[in-house]
Amino acid sequence: MGAQIRVYRQKISSTTSMQKIFKAMELIATSRIGKARARVSASLPYAKAITRAVSAVASQSEVDHPLTREPETSTRSAVLICASDRGLAGSYSSSVLKEAEQLLTKLKAEGKEVDVYLYGRKAEAYFDFRNRTTKRVWTGNTDEPLFETAKEIGAAVLEAFNQDTASGGVDEIHLVFTQFKSMVTQEPNVVRLLPLEVVEEKVSEKTTDLLPLYEYEPEPEQVLDGLLPRYIDSRVFAALLQAAASELAARQRAMKTAGDNASELIKKYTRLRNNARQAEITQELTEIVAGADSLSA
Amino acid sequence: MAELDVEVVAADHFVWSGAARRVNAFTADGDIGVLPGHTPVIALLAAGRVEIEPTEGARVHISADGGFFSVENNRVTIVADDAVIVDAAS
Repeated sequence: MGAQIRVYRQKISSTTSMQKIFKAMELIATSRIGKARARVSASLPYAKAITRAVSAVASQSEVDHPLTREPETSTRSAVLICASDRGLAGSYSSSVLKEAEQLLTKLKAEGKEVDVYLYGRKAEAYFDFRNRTTKRVWTGNTDEPLFETAKEIGAAVLEAFNQDTASGGVDEIHLVFTQFKSMVTQEPNVVRLLPLEVVEEKVSEKTTDLLPLYEYEPEPEQVLDGLLPRYIDSRVFAALLQAAASELAARQRAMKTAGDNASELIKKYTRLRNNARQAEITQELTEIVAGADSLSA
Repeated sequence: MAELDVEVVAADHFVWSGAARRVNAFTADGDIGVLPGHTPVIALLAAGRVEIEPTEGARVHISADGGFFSVENNRVTIVADDAVIVDAAS
Protein backbone atom coordinates (compact mmCIF):
# COMPACT_ATOMS: atom_id res chain seq x y z
CA MET A 1 0.00 0.00 0.00
CA GLY A 2 2.77 2.42 0.95
CA ALA A 3 4.44 1.69 -2.36
CA GLN A 4 1.33 2.87 -4.19
CA ILE A 5 1.42 6.27 -2.49
CA ARG A 6 5.11 6.64 -3.26
CA VAL A 7 4.53 5.96 -6.96
CA TYR A 8 1.80 8.60 -7.09
CA ARG A 9 4.00 11.11 -5.26
CA GLN A 10 6.77 10.56 -7.76
CA LYS A 11 4.40 11.01 -10.66
CA ILE A 12 3.00 14.21 -9.17
CA SER A 13 6.40 15.74 -8.56
CA SER A 14 7.71 14.89 -12.03
CA THR A 15 4.57 16.25 -13.68
CA THR A 16 4.83 19.41 -11.60
CA SER A 17 8.38 20.03 -12.73
CA MET A 18 7.39 19.42 -16.34
CA GLN A 19 4.51 21.80 -15.95
CA LYS A 20 6.96 24.46 -14.78
CA ILE A 21 9.01 23.94 -17.93
CA PHE A 22 5.91 24.21 -20.12
CA LYS A 23 4.85 27.38 -18.35
CA ALA A 24 8.29 28.90 -18.78
CA MET A 25 8.41 28.03 -22.47
CA GLU A 26 4.94 29.40 -22.98
CA LEU A 27 5.93 32.67 -21.36
CA ILE A 28 9.11 32.91 -23.40
CA ALA A 29 7.20 32.25 -26.63
CA THR A 30 4.55 34.80 -25.68
CA SER A 31 7.11 37.50 -24.99
CA ARG A 32 8.94 36.76 -28.24
CA ILE A 33 5.86 36.78 -30.45
CA GLY A 34 5.41 40.48 -29.88
CA LYS A 35 8.97 41.09 -30.98
CA ALA A 36 8.63 38.80 -33.99
CA ARG A 37 5.47 40.55 -35.09
CA ALA A 38 7.12 43.91 -34.63
CA ARG A 39 9.93 42.73 -36.90
CA VAL A 40 7.41 41.63 -39.49
CA SER A 41 5.87 45.09 -39.50
CA ALA A 42 9.30 46.77 -39.42
CA SER A 43 10.25 45.00 -42.64
CA LEU A 44 7.02 46.04 -44.35
CA PRO A 45 8.03 49.56 -45.50
CA TYR A 46 11.10 48.15 -47.23
CA ALA A 47 9.15 45.34 -48.87
CA LYS A 48 6.44 47.75 -49.96
CA ALA A 49 8.85 50.29 -51.42
CA ILE A 50 10.79 47.64 -53.27
CA THR A 51 7.67 45.94 -54.65
CA ARG A 52 6.38 49.25 -55.89
CA ALA A 53 9.64 50.11 -57.56
CA VAL A 54 10.01 46.68 -59.17
CA SER A 55 6.49 46.74 -60.54
CA ALA A 56 7.06 50.28 -61.80
CA VAL A 57 10.19 49.33 -63.69
CA ALA A 58 8.78 46.05 -64.96
CA SER A 59 5.46 47.42 -66.13
CA GLN A 60 6.70 50.65 -67.66
CA SER A 61 9.97 49.86 -69.32
CA GLU A 62 9.05 46.39 -70.63
CA VAL A 63 12.55 45.16 -70.08
CA ASP A 64 13.10 41.54 -70.85
CA HIS A 65 15.01 40.41 -67.80
CA PRO A 66 16.13 36.81 -67.17
CA LEU A 67 14.61 36.92 -63.70
CA THR A 68 11.14 37.69 -64.98
CA ARG A 69 11.24 35.64 -68.16
CA GLU A 70 8.97 32.64 -68.11
CA PRO A 71 10.88 29.59 -69.37
CA GLU A 72 9.12 27.58 -72.08
CA THR A 73 9.88 24.28 -70.44
CA SER A 74 11.26 23.90 -66.98
CA THR A 75 13.07 20.69 -66.19
CA ARG A 76 14.68 21.44 -62.86
CA SER A 77 13.32 23.32 -59.92
CA ALA A 78 14.48 24.22 -56.45
CA VAL A 79 12.43 24.25 -53.28
CA LEU A 80 13.31 26.11 -50.12
CA ILE A 81 11.62 24.70 -47.03
CA CYS A 82 11.46 26.85 -43.90
CA ALA A 83 10.92 24.82 -40.74
CA SER A 84 12.05 25.40 -37.18
CA ASP A 85 15.25 24.64 -35.31
CA ARG A 86 13.61 23.26 -32.22
CA GLY A 87 10.65 21.08 -31.57
CA LEU A 88 7.98 21.49 -28.90
CA ALA A 89 5.94 23.63 -31.24
CA GLY A 90 3.08 21.25 -31.89
CA SER A 91 2.60 20.34 -35.52
CA TYR A 92 4.45 23.41 -36.81
CA SER A 93 7.38 21.68 -38.50
CA SER A 94 5.47 18.61 -39.61
CA SER A 95 2.77 20.63 -41.33
CA VAL A 96 5.36 22.63 -43.28
CA LEU A 97 7.13 19.41 -44.23
CA LYS A 98 3.85 17.84 -45.25
CA GLU A 99 3.08 20.79 -47.51
CA ALA A 100 6.60 20.55 -48.92
CA GLU A 101 6.20 16.82 -49.59
CA GLN A 102 3.06 17.53 -51.56
CA LEU A 103 4.86 20.13 -53.64
CA LEU A 104 7.81 17.79 -54.23
CA THR A 105 5.50 14.99 -55.35
CA LYS A 106 3.69 17.37 -57.66
CA LEU A 107 6.90 18.69 -59.20
CA LYS A 108 8.24 15.19 -59.67
CA ALA A 109 4.98 14.13 -61.30
CA GLU A 110 5.51 16.96 -63.78
CA GLY A 111 8.81 15.34 -64.64
CA LYS A 112 11.04 17.86 -62.94
CA GLU A 113 14.17 17.23 -60.99
CA VAL A 114 14.05 18.94 -57.63
CA ASP A 115 16.87 20.45 -55.60
CA VAL A 116 16.00 20.91 -51.96
CA TYR A 117 17.22 23.81 -49.85
CA LEU A 118 16.43 23.70 -46.16
CA TYR A 119 16.17 26.21 -43.40
CA GLY A 120 15.94 24.94 -39.83
CA ARG A 121 17.31 21.91 -38.00
CA LYS A 122 13.97 20.07 -37.92
CA ALA A 123 13.80 20.04 -41.70
CA GLU A 124 17.43 18.92 -41.83
CA ALA A 125 16.74 16.06 -39.43
CA TYR A 126 13.70 15.01 -41.45
CA PHE A 127 15.68 14.76 -44.68
CA ASP A 128 18.76 13.23 -43.05
CA PHE A 129 16.69 10.52 -41.42
CA ARG A 130 15.25 9.54 -44.77
CA ASN A 131 18.68 9.65 -46.40
CA ARG A 132 17.53 12.17 -48.96
CA THR A 133 19.97 14.52 -50.55
CA THR A 134 19.69 18.23 -50.00
CA LYS A 135 21.43 20.99 -51.83
CA ARG A 136 22.13 23.31 -48.97
CA VAL A 137 21.04 23.73 -45.37
CA TRP A 138 20.89 26.76 -43.14
CA THR A 139 20.29 26.34 -39.44
CA GLY A 140 20.10 28.52 -36.39
CA ASN A 141 18.01 31.53 -35.50
CA THR A 142 14.75 30.30 -36.97
CA ASP A 143 12.89 32.13 -34.25
CA GLU A 144 14.83 35.32 -34.92
CA PRO A 145 16.00 35.31 -38.53
CA LEU A 146 18.69 37.75 -39.61
CA PHE A 147 18.61 39.71 -42.82
CA GLU A 148 22.10 38.36 -43.56
CA THR A 149 20.68 34.82 -43.67
CA ALA A 150 17.97 35.95 -46.06
CA LYS A 151 20.65 37.55 -48.22
CA GLU A 152 22.70 34.37 -48.19
CA ILE A 153 19.68 32.31 -49.19
CA GLY A 154 18.76 34.83 -51.85
CA ALA A 155 22.29 34.78 -53.27
CA ALA A 156 22.39 30.97 -53.27
CA VAL A 157 19.08 30.49 -55.06
CA LEU A 158 19.90 33.29 -57.50
CA GLU A 159 23.19 31.60 -58.35
CA ALA A 160 21.40 28.32 -58.99
CA PHE A 161 18.84 30.16 -61.08
CA ASN A 162 21.44 31.90 -63.21
CA GLN A 163 23.20 28.65 -63.95
CA ASP A 164 22.34 26.53 -66.96
CA THR A 165 19.97 23.68 -66.19
CA ALA A 166 22.42 21.30 -67.82
CA SER A 167 25.12 22.21 -65.31
CA GLY A 168 22.95 21.94 -62.24
CA GLY A 169 21.02 25.17 -62.41
CA VAL A 170 17.28 25.47 -61.94
CA ASP A 171 14.42 27.03 -63.89
CA GLU A 172 12.15 27.85 -61.02
CA ILE A 173 12.34 28.32 -57.30
CA HIS A 174 9.57 27.63 -54.85
CA LEU A 175 9.33 28.69 -51.25
CA VAL A 176 7.49 26.71 -48.58
CA PHE A 177 6.88 28.56 -45.34
CA THR A 178 4.22 29.11 -42.73
CA GLN A 179 2.20 32.23 -43.04
CA PHE A 180 1.27 33.99 -39.86
CA LYS A 181 -2.41 34.85 -40.19
CA SER A 182 -3.26 35.45 -36.58
CA MET A 183 -2.29 34.16 -33.17
CA VAL A 184 -4.49 31.11 -33.70
CA THR A 185 -4.09 30.40 -37.41
CA GLN A 186 -0.85 29.81 -39.20
CA GLU A 187 -0.99 28.24 -42.60
CA PRO A 188 1.72 26.49 -44.54
CA ASN A 189 2.10 28.25 -47.82
CA VAL A 190 3.81 27.70 -51.17
CA VAL A 191 4.92 30.60 -53.33
CA ARG A 192 6.94 30.65 -56.48
CA LEU A 193 9.87 32.94 -55.96
CA LEU A 194 11.44 32.77 -59.40
CA PRO A 195 10.79 33.54 -62.17
CA LEU A 196 9.14 36.55 -60.65
CA GLU A 197 5.53 37.16 -61.26
CA VAL A 198 5.61 40.88 -61.02
CA VAL A 199 2.22 42.05 -59.99
CA GLU A 200 1.16 44.79 -62.33
CA GLU A 201 -0.06 47.77 -60.46
CA LYS A 202 -3.81 47.87 -60.55
CA VAL A 203 -5.38 51.08 -61.63
CA SER A 204 -7.30 52.22 -58.62
CA GLU A 205 -9.90 54.93 -58.35
CA LYS A 206 -7.55 57.27 -56.61
CA THR A 207 -5.35 58.95 -59.16
CA THR A 208 -2.65 59.64 -56.58
CA ASP A 209 -1.97 55.90 -56.38
CA LEU A 210 -1.05 55.72 -60.04
CA LEU A 211 2.60 55.16 -60.73
CA PRO A 212 4.16 58.19 -62.34
CA LEU A 213 6.41 57.85 -65.34
CA TYR A 214 9.80 57.48 -63.80
CA GLU A 215 13.16 58.43 -65.11
CA TYR A 216 15.79 55.84 -64.48
CA GLU A 217 19.30 56.27 -63.37
CA PRO A 218 21.35 54.66 -64.84
CA GLU A 219 19.31 52.63 -67.41
CA PRO A 220 16.11 50.66 -66.72
CA GLU A 221 18.01 47.38 -67.26
CA GLN A 222 20.64 48.25 -64.70
CA VAL A 223 18.07 49.52 -62.25
CA LEU A 224 16.22 46.22 -62.61
CA ASP A 225 19.51 44.35 -62.22
CA GLY A 226 20.03 46.12 -58.94
CA LEU A 227 16.44 45.90 -57.78
CA LEU A 228 15.53 42.28 -58.44
CA PRO A 229 18.11 40.58 -56.20
CA ARG A 230 17.03 42.93 -53.42
CA TYR A 231 13.42 42.11 -54.14
CA ILE A 232 14.21 38.41 -53.79
CA ASP A 233 16.13 38.96 -50.56
CA SER A 234 13.22 40.93 -49.21
CA ARG A 235 10.74 38.21 -50.23
CA VAL A 236 12.87 35.54 -48.57
CA PHE A 237 13.32 37.66 -45.49
CA ALA A 238 9.59 38.31 -45.27
CA ALA A 239 8.96 34.57 -45.51
CA LEU A 240 11.49 33.87 -42.76
CA LEU A 241 9.96 36.48 -40.50
CA GLN A 242 6.48 35.09 -41.07
CA ALA A 243 7.79 31.63 -40.33
CA ALA A 244 9.43 32.83 -37.12
CA ALA A 245 6.25 34.48 -35.89
CA SER A 246 4.28 31.35 -36.76
CA GLU A 247 6.78 29.12 -35.00
CA LEU A 248 6.52 31.13 -31.81
CA ALA A 249 2.73 31.22 -31.97
CA ALA A 250 2.61 27.47 -32.56
CA ARG A 251 5.01 26.90 -29.68
CA GLN A 252 3.00 29.09 -27.36
CA ARG A 253 -0.17 27.20 -28.17
CA ALA A 254 1.49 23.80 -27.86
CA MET A 255 3.01 24.73 -24.51
CA LYS A 256 -0.27 26.08 -23.23
CA THR A 257 -2.01 22.81 -24.08
CA ALA A 258 0.84 20.83 -22.53
CA GLY A 259 0.66 22.90 -19.35
CA ASP A 260 -3.10 22.44 -19.13
CA ASN A 261 -2.75 18.72 -19.63
CA ALA A 262 -0.08 18.59 -16.94
CA SER A 263 -2.35 20.27 -14.40
CA GLU A 264 -5.11 17.82 -15.33
CA LEU A 265 -2.72 14.95 -14.69
CA ILE A 266 -1.59 16.42 -11.39
CA LYS A 267 -5.20 16.70 -10.29
CA LYS A 268 -5.87 13.11 -11.27
CA TYR A 269 -2.80 11.76 -9.51
CA THR A 270 -3.49 13.80 -6.39
CA ARG A 271 -6.96 12.24 -6.16
CA LEU A 272 -5.50 8.76 -6.62
CA ARG A 273 -2.85 9.48 -4.00
CA ASN A 274 -5.45 10.69 -1.50
CA ASN A 275 -7.49 7.60 -2.21
CA ALA A 276 -4.53 5.35 -1.57
CA ARG A 277 -3.64 7.19 1.63
CA GLN A 278 -7.20 6.96 2.91
CA ALA A 279 -7.30 3.26 2.06
CA GLU A 280 -4.11 2.75 4.03
CA ILE A 281 -5.48 4.60 7.06
CA THR A 282 -8.72 2.66 6.92
CA GLN A 283 -6.85 -0.58 6.75
CA GLU A 284 -4.63 0.32 9.70
CA LEU A 285 -7.69 1.31 11.75
CA THR A 286 -9.44 -1.93 10.92
CA GLU A 287 -6.35 -3.83 11.94
CA ILE A 288 -6.06 -1.97 15.26
CA VAL A 289 -9.72 -2.39 16.07
CA ALA A 290 -9.58 -6.06 15.14
CA GLY A 291 -6.48 -6.50 17.31
CA ALA A 292 -8.06 -4.75 20.28
CA ASP A 293 -11.22 -6.81 19.88
CA SER A 294 -9.33 -10.05 19.87
CA LEU A 295 -7.35 -9.02 23.00
CA SER A 296 -10.45 -8.02 25.00
CA ALA A 297 -12.41 -11.04 23.87
CA MET B 1 6.93 76.43 -50.46
CA ALA B 2 6.35 72.81 -51.19
CA GLU B 3 8.34 70.41 -49.19
CA LEU B 4 9.60 66.90 -49.63
CA ASP B 5 8.12 64.02 -47.72
CA VAL B 6 11.13 61.86 -46.99
CA GLU B 7 11.20 58.30 -45.78
CA VAL B 8 14.35 56.29 -45.20
CA VAL B 9 13.97 52.56 -44.66
CA ALA B 10 16.46 49.76 -44.23
CA ALA B 11 15.78 46.08 -44.83
CA ASP B 12 14.75 45.25 -41.30
CA HIS B 13 14.07 48.56 -39.68
CA PHE B 14 12.72 51.98 -40.19
CA VAL B 15 15.33 54.75 -40.16
CA TRP B 16 14.00 58.26 -40.57
CA SER B 17 11.04 60.12 -41.93
CA GLY B 18 9.90 63.68 -42.03
CA ALA B 19 9.52 66.80 -44.09
CA ALA B 20 12.58 68.17 -45.81
CA ARG B 21 13.66 70.98 -48.08
CA ARG B 22 16.39 69.12 -49.87
CA VAL B 23 17.90 65.66 -50.16
CA ASN B 24 21.39 64.89 -51.42
CA ALA B 25 22.46 61.37 -52.29
CA PHE B 26 25.06 59.41 -54.19
CA THR B 27 23.77 57.34 -57.07
CA ALA B 28 25.60 54.89 -59.26
CA ASP B 29 26.15 57.76 -61.73
CA GLY B 30 27.12 60.43 -59.28
CA ASP B 31 25.65 63.03 -57.02
CA ILE B 32 21.96 63.83 -57.10
CA GLY B 33 20.17 66.62 -55.32
CA VAL B 34 16.42 66.53 -54.95
CA LEU B 35 14.38 69.66 -54.40
CA PRO B 36 10.58 69.88 -54.19
CA GLY B 37 8.99 69.41 -57.61
CA HIS B 38 11.65 67.02 -58.85
CA THR B 39 10.66 64.78 -61.75
CA PRO B 40 9.87 61.16 -60.83
CA VAL B 41 13.06 59.12 -60.67
CA ILE B 42 14.16 55.67 -59.65
CA ALA B 43 17.89 55.47 -59.14
CA LEU B 44 20.34 53.02 -57.71
CA LEU B 45 22.08 54.24 -54.62
CA ALA B 46 25.81 53.88 -54.25
CA ALA B 47 27.33 53.29 -50.85
CA GLY B 48 27.88 56.57 -49.14
CA ARG B 49 26.23 59.33 -47.29
CA VAL B 50 22.72 60.65 -47.74
CA GLU B 51 22.17 64.18 -46.59
CA ILE B 52 18.74 65.43 -45.66
CA GLU B 53 17.95 69.03 -44.94
CA PRO B 54 14.77 68.98 -42.85
CA THR B 55 12.40 71.90 -42.74
CA GLU B 56 13.22 72.23 -39.08
CA GLY B 57 16.42 71.50 -37.27
CA ALA B 58 19.89 70.53 -38.30
CA ARG B 59 20.86 68.41 -41.26
CA VAL B 60 20.55 64.68 -40.94
CA HIS B 61 23.35 62.53 -42.27
CA ILE B 62 22.62 58.92 -42.97
CA SER B 63 25.21 56.45 -44.06
CA ALA B 64 23.76 53.88 -46.41
CA ASP B 65 25.45 50.97 -48.08
CA GLY B 66 23.71 50.55 -51.38
CA GLY B 67 20.07 50.34 -52.26
CA PHE B 68 17.86 52.52 -54.36
CA PHE B 69 15.71 55.55 -54.05
CA SER B 70 12.64 56.84 -55.73
CA VAL B 71 11.16 60.29 -56.12
CA GLU B 72 7.56 60.97 -57.05
CA ASN B 73 5.09 63.76 -56.24
CA ASN B 74 7.51 65.22 -53.71
CA ARG B 75 7.77 61.88 -51.96
CA VAL B 76 11.30 60.63 -51.55
CA THR B 77 11.75 57.03 -50.52
CA ILE B 78 15.26 55.91 -49.77
CA VAL B 79 15.55 52.17 -49.52
CA ALA B 80 18.91 51.00 -48.27
CA ASP B 81 20.16 47.53 -47.47
CA ASP B 82 21.44 48.91 -44.24
CA ALA B 83 21.37 52.48 -43.03
CA VAL B 84 22.31 54.27 -39.86
CA ILE B 85 21.85 57.84 -38.83
CA VAL B 86 25.27 59.37 -38.34
CA ASP B 87 24.15 62.53 -36.61
CA ALA B 88 20.49 63.20 -36.08
CA ALA B 89 18.89 66.55 -35.61
CA SER B 90 17.93 66.81 -32.00
